[in-house]
Amino acid sequence: MFVSNIEEIPGKTITTCYGIVSGSTVRAKHVGRDIFASIKNIFGGELTAYTELLGESRDEALERMKAQAQQLGANAIVNVRFSTSSVAAGAAEIYVYGTAVTVE
Amino acid sequence: MESLTIFLVLVALGFVFGKLAESRHYRSIHAREEMLVRLPTTSCKNPMGNNSPIIHAELVHGHVVISVDYFKQILAGLRSLFGGTIQSYETLLDRARREAMLRMKERCPTADQILNLRIETSSISKGENGDRIGSVEVLAYGTAIYFQQTSPPHP
Repeated sequence: MFVSNIEEIPGKTITTCYGIVSGSTVRAKHVGRDIFASIKNIFGGELTAYTELLGESRDEALERMKAQAQQLGANAIVNVRFSTSSVAAGAAEIYVYGTAVTVE
Repeated sequence: MESLTIFLVLVALGFVFGKLAESRHYRSIHAREEMLVRLPTTSCKNPMGNNSPIIHAELVHGHVVISVDYFKQILAGLRSLFGGTIQSYETLLDRARREAMLRMKERCPTADQILNLRIETSSISKGENGDRIGSVEVLAYGTAIYFQQTSPPHP
């Protein structure tokens, strides 16, 4: 599966377009991580637990998008965009979307 | 009196550890940026300065969550009374962006170029009043491309 955030896959030609595919996850951090993060907020620096959490959810959203494209019979996704929004206090939604196409 | 002592201790802790963490982070950023300087990154959609055929392209991304320390939060709070640039937050965002870009590049060290770089910033947790930035997340993503090798690869 080729994925890019440009309108094309460099070096290939698009033959068929299937339309929008997307994947999303909503995840909450658990209380332990929240407490640790608020302590870290005094000292400053990277919040590793949050970095990991967001990384995992982003990978999962990407996987879901790829699965959807595969179901349509596409072999590539172009013009991929990421977006993050906080739905409720302590929960974040990661949304990935793009256009499923076939390339040669 | 007691709450004032706690406050002062927190500010002092934030000042010392925040400063240490920041200078350590900047040192590591400088060292890694030097190592990855061979991998050009652009926000353009077409490869620059090279017309050789592209054999492979993939999406790469890197991200980081960085929090500001207590001392800087207080400093920024004071600053917002008078207005003007809040330098402590400027360095926070600068560090986060550069770190996210470095992590993205580290995912594809053998790529020839990264095209269409996009950087997205979002604040993860809000302060008690709901208007102070506690920490920021920066996500950098782009398309890494690999050229057909015409000349021998870089050592």
